[in-house]
Amino acid sequence: MVNYSPSLDRTFAALTDPTRRAILARLETQESASVSDLAQPFAIKLPAVMKHLDVLDEAGLISRSKTGRTVTVRLRPEPMREAMDWLARYERFWSASLDRLTAQAEKREAALRGAQAKKDRDA
Amino acid sequence: MTSLTLVRRISARPAIVFDLMTTAEGIACWWGPDDGPVLIAESDPRVGGRYRVRFRLLDGSEHESTGEFLEVRPPERVVMTWRWLGDEDEGGDSQVEIDLVAVDGGAATELTFTHARLASEATRASHEDGWSGALDKLERHVLRTGAAA
Repeated sequence: MVNYSPSLDRTFAALTDPTRRAILARLETQESASVSDLAQPFAIKLPAVMKHLDVLDEAGLISRSKTGRTVTVRLRPEPMREAMDWLARYERFWSASLDRLTAQAEKREAALRGAQAKKDRDA
Repeated sequence: MTSLTLVRRISARPAIVFDLMTTAEGIACWWGPDDGPVLIAESDPRVGGRYRVRFRLLDGSEHESTGEFLEVRPPERVVMTWRWLGDEDEGGDSQVEIDLVAVDGGAATELTFTHARLASEATRASHEDGWSGALDKLERHVLRTGAAA
């Protein structure tokens, strides 16, 4: 049995913040970025961005490497894919259930209308 | 990121959909991810009342979810907590929210189904071997069968 749950929980927690999602979206479009590059579009200070990067790092969503004075940030897509797969399982569970619910409701509606039409004819 | 929303348009009045989603007899008709049977369906659809559903998947494994009704407003809204049996020990409950809006002058229903707070489910470990593992197997089976055809 694969017990990936604790990291999955961290992944979800990391993804709940819009700034962190924006950072990830940015890293999806370019292979790597420096911390100051990443901080630039946000109206928050560098230390706050660093804190977000810490959370993303702990969730396994990014990796950081230091060359001289520059820290380069890269996306690590595996935990995100794991979280998406997990959500997709719930989606399949409910989607199949709701398909049957829909069929059942429409059958009952048709039966009810049929009975009503018969009553109207008989009246 | 931690919630899942599905929308369905159903050619049936909201009262019919509401009954199917909240009564034991209704739930027994549709609950579960494959064509395996619902074995137990219990429901007390009022605020503070509980539900319990046990179903068997086609692979023979059985799964049970339970929860409490938090909001019951026929025929337009139900909110309930959600938990898999065997997951009692850790984390909080996730939450299922169902909204029904009458469309087509009341002859049809737009159903919005949300499973929220799924992050709390993710703290638990049993799913890989449980219903989600079974769904993966089912999907692989379908893919194989599809590829062979």
